[in-house]
Amino acid sequence: MVKVTIDGIDVEVEPGTSILNAARKIGGDAVPPAMCYYSKLPGTGGKCRTCLVEVAAGSAADPRPMPKLVASCSTPVADGMVVNNKTSERVHQNRGGVVEFLLANHPLDCPVCDQAGECHLQDLGYEHGSAKTRYEEDRRTFDPIDIGNKIKLHMNRCILCYRCVFVANQLTDKRVHGVLHRGEHAEISTYIENAIENDFSGNMIDVCPVGALTDKTFRFKSRVWFLKPMEAERNCEKCSGKAVAWMFGGEIYRVTARKDKYGEIEEIDGKTGWLCNDCRFDHKDAKDWNIVGPRVVNRQSVISQGKYVTNIEKPVKRIS
Amino acid sequence: MKSRNLLLSHVEVPGIDGLDGYMKHGGYDTLKKALKSMSPDAVVEEVKKSGLRGRGGAGFPTGMKWSFLAKPEGVPRYLVCNADESEPGTFKDRYLMEKIPHLLIEGMILSSYALGANQSFIYIRGEFMYVLNILEKAIAEAYAKGLLGKNILGSGYDLDLVVTPGGGAYICGEETALLESLEGKRGNPRIKPPFPAVKGLWGCPTVVNNVETIAAVVPIVSEGGEAYASIGIGRSTGTKLISACGNLARPGVYEIELGLSVEEFIYGDDYCRGIAQGKKLKACVPGGSSVPILPHYLVTKTAAGENRLMTYESLAEGGFESGSMLGSGGFIVFDEDQCIVRNTWNFARFYSHESCGQCSPCREGTGWMEKVLNRLEHGKGQMHDIDLLADINKKIEGNTICPLGDAAAWPVAAAIRHFREEFEWHVTHPDEAQSRNFGLITQAALA
Repeated sequence: MVKVTIDGIDVEVEPGTSILNAARKIGGDAVPPAMCYYSKLPGTGGKCRTCLVEVAAGSAADPRPMPKLVASCSTPVADGMVVNNKTSERVHQNRGGVVEFLLANHPLDCPVCDQAGECHLQDLGYEHGSAKTRYEEDRRTFDPIDIGNKIKLHMNRCILCYRCVFVANQLTDKRVHGVLHRGEHAEISTYIENAIENDFSGNMIDVCPVGALTDKTFRFKSRVWFLKPMEAERNCEKCSGKAVAWMFGGEIYRVTARKDKYGEIEEIDGKTGWLCNDCRFDHKDAKDWNIVGPRVVNRQSVISQGKYVTNIEKPVKRIS
Repeated sequence: MKSRNLLLSHVEVPGIDGLDGYMKHGGYDTLKKALKSMSPDAVVEEVKKSGLRGRGGAGFPTGMKWSFLAKPEGVPRYLVCNADESEPGTFKDRYLMEKIPHLLIEGMILSSYALGANQSFIYIRGEFMYVLNILEKAIAEAYAKGLLGKNILGSGYDLDLVVTPGGGAYICGEETALLESLEGKRGNPRIKPPFPAVKGLWGCPTVVNNVETIAAVVPIVSEGGEAYASIGIGRSTGTKLISACGNLARPGVYEIELGLSVEEFIYGDDYCRGIAQGKKLKACVPGGSSVPILPHYLVTKTAAGENRLMTYESLAEGGFESGSMLGSGGFIVFDEDQCIVRNTWNFARFYSHESCGQCSPCREGTGWMEKVLNRLEHGKGQMHDIDLLADINKKIEGNTICPLGDAAAWPVAAAIRHFREEFEWHVTHPDEAQSRNFGLITQAALA
């Protein structure tokens, strides 16, 4: 085990752990935000640069500071490393810069975006953004396209985190989804706008940190904060069948995978709980599911608005 | 004083581009000597002693880079030559490959032997298709002569060498993007660590070196590392190819001994012979478009008043406040009639076009800078845009996956630092800025 100090808090982790995962072991303010890294998808990370941290001492053996800020998601820890995240003004400044870049071409169409309320870019902008934009140029625009009959791609909102590309590479059998063009003109697309026909393609909606990939079966049906997330399960041959049913009264409006506080899909029985398209898109009747009970959500989250169990209280009663 | 030529000594000889012509002038003698009498480690040792530094721009000691190469049992190692020369202002590698292709091939065989690689690659820029043909012809000649393939010259050492063209993206000159492209993927730089010396091409230990670096291994092995190190000053040893362009009386590719004074290089009879049409020097970018621009008063002298020399250290004297970098040796000179704002916009446009779009500071930042500079150049800028540019710069620099972000930020930062009044003049005189250049005003005022 190696010892690292993040924002003055010591933590012991396995050698080879990234700074970000060491910080997640501490939790709270020591955790840098991550827009592209996704622990369940090997190879992700390093791209968005929101998780930049300052390494004040490289290791006990070589205590020199690292000259540049480093991406905490892809930099492994060393014994005796000292990292500054929340406590560093330099990190705060530069992270603000990254947020400004991410928002520069973002349409800021939150009022009509289905992701609003559960959008990581919204949260990041709230924490690190400024009230005014300095970007006076025309924003780049794309037309929304359909990726299959269940998924909508709003490229305008995309921050090119590449998470969906990794989902397509790792969960689906054909590589038909990737990035076209480069620089400012880079865009997510399918191969010559082919529909993605795959049992697990819907997971790219769950991994998308912004509203670029949204569920067409849920489009404009309801604001997410009016729905109650309920833990639901059904017998499914393709996936774990353990999901979150977003309900209004007795009706299911949408189905998503179960996500943790970092927005990542939780592990179920030791495996990542990817949800199949059958469960996600085709079972919207409450009779299809066994509703286990309310989902615990962060008290600060806007989602907690319409619900009655938050993380400061214990669930009162489980409905069986 | 004319510099000694180690790489380009026979460049003018007719037929030097063919195997016979090259061998007539001592070509492949070094390889024969090395294979017969030197162990691979002995070759590495000579390169270490020579103090040779990477000629692609970063100037990292080559011997040290080679010694970092992981050597696990049963795993192939690769040497990849980076011939994706795309930096605006730099054209030395193209010249070398076009004129003396066998020098690169001999260097590749020597270096591969030193590193224990049995398969090596030359990754060449897509626009250099005609150079690709030259190299392929030269490689075929070398195979026919037993200089490549199985059991080279009876030494028991095997090597296959392949030239692969890229699609012509600047980013593929970044070593990990180059490896991605070589593997047949989109040329996005990889997240480091791991570095190529540990996990490079197809996950195997790989060394990536510039064309000129590999070519320089030939004179180092033939004359000995110490003899090579005796040329130059301090940690800048040996000779360097400089591609001089811009408003010079005699632009072109020159081989210089490191330590030559910048003044001699610009005005000397053996070199560029001064500014074209008798005009005055306004500014100079000494190491390819990505390095900071120097105003005329900092080109031949440092801020401390010392003579500026063509070395890694002297050109960087004064840091980014009053210095620049030797970089890749793309020496761009501007005369009094050139507009710095327009040039900065041109560079920014290049970097914005060539950004891979993977990480957000570079993708959004380069595009943003390009748009702001475009407005400034075309008389639609405002005073606060200049500070905005300087700030965008700071947010890109050091925060990106690969050095392209820095390369895009430095020229803009330096131009604002040294030529701020010219940017301001573009804002205050938008109409005049469209019809004439600011350069004339300052030069007149200074005279």
